[in-house]
Amino acid sequence: MSSATALTWFARHEIRLAWREWLATMTGGRRKRTRAVIGLIVFAAIMHLPAYAVIGRFADLRAPLDKSSLIVMTATIVLAWALMLSQAIESVTRVFYARADLDLIMSSPVRLENVFSIRIAAIALTVIAMALLFSTPFVDVLVIGGGIRWFAAYGVVVAIGLSAAAMAIAVTIVLFRLIGPSRTRFVAQILAAVIGAGFVIALQIAAILSYGTMSRFAVLTSDAAARFAPDADSIMWWPARAVLGDGEALLLLLAGGLLLLGAVMTIFSARFANTAARASANARPNHQGSRARAFRAGSRQQALRRKEFVLLRRDPWLVSQTLMQLLYLVPPAVMLWRSFSDSNMAIVLITPVIVMAAGQLAGGLAWLTISGEDAADLVATAPLAPSRVIRAKIEVVLIAIAAIFAPLVAALLFASPLQATVTALGVIIAAASATAIQLWFRVQAKRSQFRRRQTSSRLATFAEAFSSIGWAATAALALAVPLAALVSGLMTSAIVAATWKLSPRRE
Amino acid sequence: MKPHESALQVRGLTKRFDRLAVDALDLTVRSGEFYALVGPNGAGKTTTLRMVAGLLRPDAGTVTIFGSDALSDPVAAKQIMAWVSDEPMIYDKLTPLEYLEFVAGLWGVDPATSEPAAHRLLVSLGLEPHLHERCEGFSKGMRQKVALAGALVHDPRLIILDEPLTGLDAVSARHVKGLLGDRVRSGCTVIMTTHILEVAERMADRIGVIAAGRLVAEGTLAELRQQNGHNDTSLEDLFIALVNVEAAAA
Repeated sequence: MSSATALTWFARHEIRLAWREWLATMTGGRRKRTRAVIGLIVFAAIMHLPAYAVIGRFADLRAPLDKSSLIVMTATIVLAWALMLSQAIESVTRVFYARADLDLIMSSPVRLENVFSIRIAAIALTVIAMALLFSTPFVDVLVIGGGIRWFAAYGVVVAIGLSAAAMAIAVTIVLFRLIGPSRTRFVAQILAAVIGAGFVIALQIAAILSYGTMSRFAVLTSDAAARFAPDADSIMWWPARAVLGDGEALLLLLAGGLLLLGAVMTIFSARFANTAARASANARPNHQGSRARAFRAGSRQQALRRKEFVLLRRDPWLVSQTLMQLLYLVPPAVMLWRSFSDSNMAIVLITPVIVMAAGQLAGGLAWLTISGEDAADLVATAPLAPSRVIRAKIEVVLIAIAAIFAPLVAALLFASPLQATVTALGVIIAAASATAIQLWFRVQAKRSQFRRRQTSSRLATFAEAFSSIGWAATAALALAVPLAALVSGLMTSAIVAATWKLSPRRE
Repeated sequence: MKPHESALQVRGLTKRFDRLAVDALDLTVRSGEFYALVGPNGAGKTTTLRMVAGLLRPDAGTVTIFGSDALSDPVAAKQIMAWVSDEPMIYDKLTPLEYLEFVAGLWGVDPATSEPAAHRLLVSLGLEPHLHERCEGFSKGMRQKVALAGALVHDPRLIILDEPLTGLDAVSARHVKGLLGDRVRSGCTVIMTTHILEVAERMADRIGVIAAGRLVAEGTLAELRQQNGHNDTSLEDLFIALVNVEAAAA
């Protein structure tokens, strides 16, 4: 086989692997994939409705735009880029650590630089494909409402996808060199989680500090932003102009993206091979546990709870997610702080944010503790009734939620005792509902499978999301329109009850 | 035989998945005995032992462990039993010592007893340099040793092991065999499935041959030879002969 044929073959192999990984993620590994794919298509079709609600009114936008519109559009593209970067970092670390074919590839008689160049290109392709998929409903809405010139938006998605993948590979390899393989995995996971959210949160905090509102658009559309923004012909507006159908800007963006990826391939493909080798050679991280200490006495449930707390504390996903939830809580906390000085009604907005965050975090924690049991046989053969095992695990979730959210509720108590009470009740009910849903849909899985938990039961995923949203809305309404809160609360209870009814029966 | 003399008594144990996996199996293991269960792949060894350990509910039959009904009072049975599967299930983010502390806590063992026992076990299995390292980077053999130490730390009267020597190097395998031998000498009962017939031949007091979910032969090596009319044959030859007869009968 010639070198070129071998590389073409490897490219096909990479694309097939990426496709199957993506399909498994989307279908939760189910065998009846046709049904899952039809479901996905229906879902994508339905997504056009919210896309229309969000973006439909902008379909008539035409160049030249005023500075405020340029700023908003550019900020949206930067946010999309940040999200792609986050996904790309996650993909790169997965390729380094999870693919089991490194030994095979590195022992094969092909030039590793070439092979890894293809692997880098495959990562870029995956990132772009995912971004295209998510952006399709939005671009479709723009095309239907404003004409085919909006098709250029797909080109922008490709261009920023190329640059995000290039940047992710560079960042990950630099991290490898700076902090080593085992720490890179942890740091990259946190980076990936925080990057996407950081941009939005920074805008929100700026808006709160400057204008007393949580709307991130307040900063972007302000006179101050327009004053500081460069002129309309600046390179900074190329992405926005490209989206609007400026062919020259689009071509330059695509060329820039390709150049960046090409440069990363040239510079890093050789190091990619070394890095991958080091990652697999260092598959044995030298994490030292806690210092030697005496075994602790206590009941069997205490032993279970202690184990769960240690595992949660050492879980990189959880650390990154908790950090994310806490980051999302920073804007409301800043708002709370501001509201001490003036009686701003916007403080009410804090309650649904806290309740929603509690529900979401409880769902994740509940999956990790109840379903993600790495030593399921050990716990099942322990002299402990299954109901007591489950109870101990639920206690862990609720204690963790209480520890995270109690300080916020306590701070609210100073501003408004009534709001603090409503928030506390909302947190308890949202966390209990999310935990219950995870309990009804529990499976036996490894903690490392957490990434795919949302595809293992779509019903549980949606029910958990709707329950958190429902309780958040109920809490907000309880403070503003109590009668409407009753209706919202009943509706959310009905969702939770229906989820229980539809959950798998157990002995 | 008095009831208390049997560590495990299985009667009419049946389990069906897509096909019949265990077919009205009767099995008795005496207290203080090293019992090896051998059989071809898919014969029903693991399913049988998983039912005994309380990990699978049988469709029919009874399981009695040291006189107590394991199906009606599983907690009492589990208190005196340990299970080690062929795929060692441990927590990546715990150190071996933390894992053993957790297991001892689950079985309600006093830390004054369990802590020195945990140290002794880990040291005897050659894990002393790794006591405070998280298990995430351990090889399969090391993980198997940690799982085995976990099974022994609460001092069970009955240890059930499913292919415990898979993935272990020669030195580690010898450590494990030594440890199990010591336990049997101190009165503990060990039931083990294995594909390594030489281990069964050397270590087991009695050997049970299972095929198509049924016990097709049982006894000491000498008894098995006598039953089959080959007085100087190896267990491997006996095993192949027994399994072939069973396959032909099916």
